[in-house]
Amino acid sequence: MPRVKVARKSTAIDMTAMCDVAFLLLTFFILTAKPKIDDPSHAEVPPSSNMAPVADQNMMTVSIGQDKLFYSVTEQDVRSEALKAMGTKYGVTFTPEETQRFSLTQVFGVPMKSLKSFLDTPPDQLKNFKQEGIQADTTNNNELFNWIYTSRQAEKALHDKDLQMSIKGDSKEQYPQINLIISCLEKQKLFKFNLITSLKTAPKK
Amino acid sequence: MAELDTSGGGKHKGGKIRSKKASTRVDLTAMVDLAFLLITFFMYTTTLNKPKAMDLVMPDNSVKTNSLPVAASRSMTIVLGSKNKIEWYMGEPGKTPPTVDGYGKEGIRKALIENAAKVAATHAAPDNTMEVLIHPSDKSNYQNLVAILDEMSITNIHIYAIVKILPMEVDDLKKNGYY
Repeated sequence: MPRVKVARKSTAIDMTAMCDVAFLLLTFFILTAKPKIDDPSHAEVPPSSNMAPVADQNMMTVSIGQDKLFYSVTEQDVRSEALKAMGTKYGVTFTPEETQRFSLTQVFGVPMKSLKSFLDTPPDQLKNFKQEGIQADTTNNNELFNWIYTSRQAEKALHDKDLQMSIKGDSKEQYPQINLIISCLEKQKLFKFNLITSLKTAPKK
Repeated sequence: MAELDTSGGGKHKGGKIRSKKASTRVDLTAMVDLAFLLITFFMYTTTLNKPKAMDLVMPDNSVKTNSLPVAASRSMTIVLGSKNKIEWYMGEPGKTPPTVDGYGKEGIRKALIENAAKVAATHAAPDNTMEVLIHPSDKSNYQNLVAILDEMSITNIHIYAIVKILPMEVDDLKKNGYY
């Protein structure tokens, strides 16, 4: 009986197609990746079943975590305009470098009196800078109120648009603090705003 | 895996010296490895779950509008206490003792659906929607507020407002130990 010869096949596979797909996916992920914004408020947002996504432009956000208020605006030019307006209001003059630095700061939570030293801190030491939160109270002339007001003015002047307001609060934040932000907004006739939440997942234990 | 074409050349016995034909095949294994490693990295680092937003509209308190009176029998008041507890009652404060409830499917959602159905059944057609007043106490937290607003959208209640808490409700929360 003749032995059946098994044909020996080469183990090398043509990897061109696999390589193509891999790099295609890689390109996709690189292009869609967004740098994570370092949020100093460390607010853990509560879950909700809401599905509406958050807009990523024309937004101002008041974050609150550990009773400290943080503020951010998406537009860079609005940021620097707001800083100028706040400077004249509180009698602080900022150098062009400081304004430049501020326009690149995504989120901040520093009262006006220490804002200058915050902007003068070199970037590598910013992590150690203790942000004490923006001052806010129920009067008509607190810093948070003015930040929101000046950035709305700046947005109107620069882009002729209205800024969308959103509140990003930590789940454990007590209601009076939230109420403080809401009353600040109500005083400038802002009655419609977003609450930032995360999509509901299984409760963490 | 790595292949190098070693054929050709041969032993140069008398014949012409032929230049070696280099293979055009490149070993892609390492490249694919690297590509997949990077893909994995980017997949894990990208945030696919973007934060979601919930709309909240507060009543305009700057203009005095002549608001329509709301029948007390159609209004439900939800008082947010501490320790993730809720007290709710129908109608006017003090008349009916509040019910203590929890959050979620078995708690307040059930109560909301039941009460809305009851209001719809006992009232005439155009004015048979339930209105909800949310009274967050100073001891409730942001998660409670978001949760209750979420329940509003889940149970399809369109008329609701966040209102300041009444002193007697605070007293009642204190009595029950949720303040």
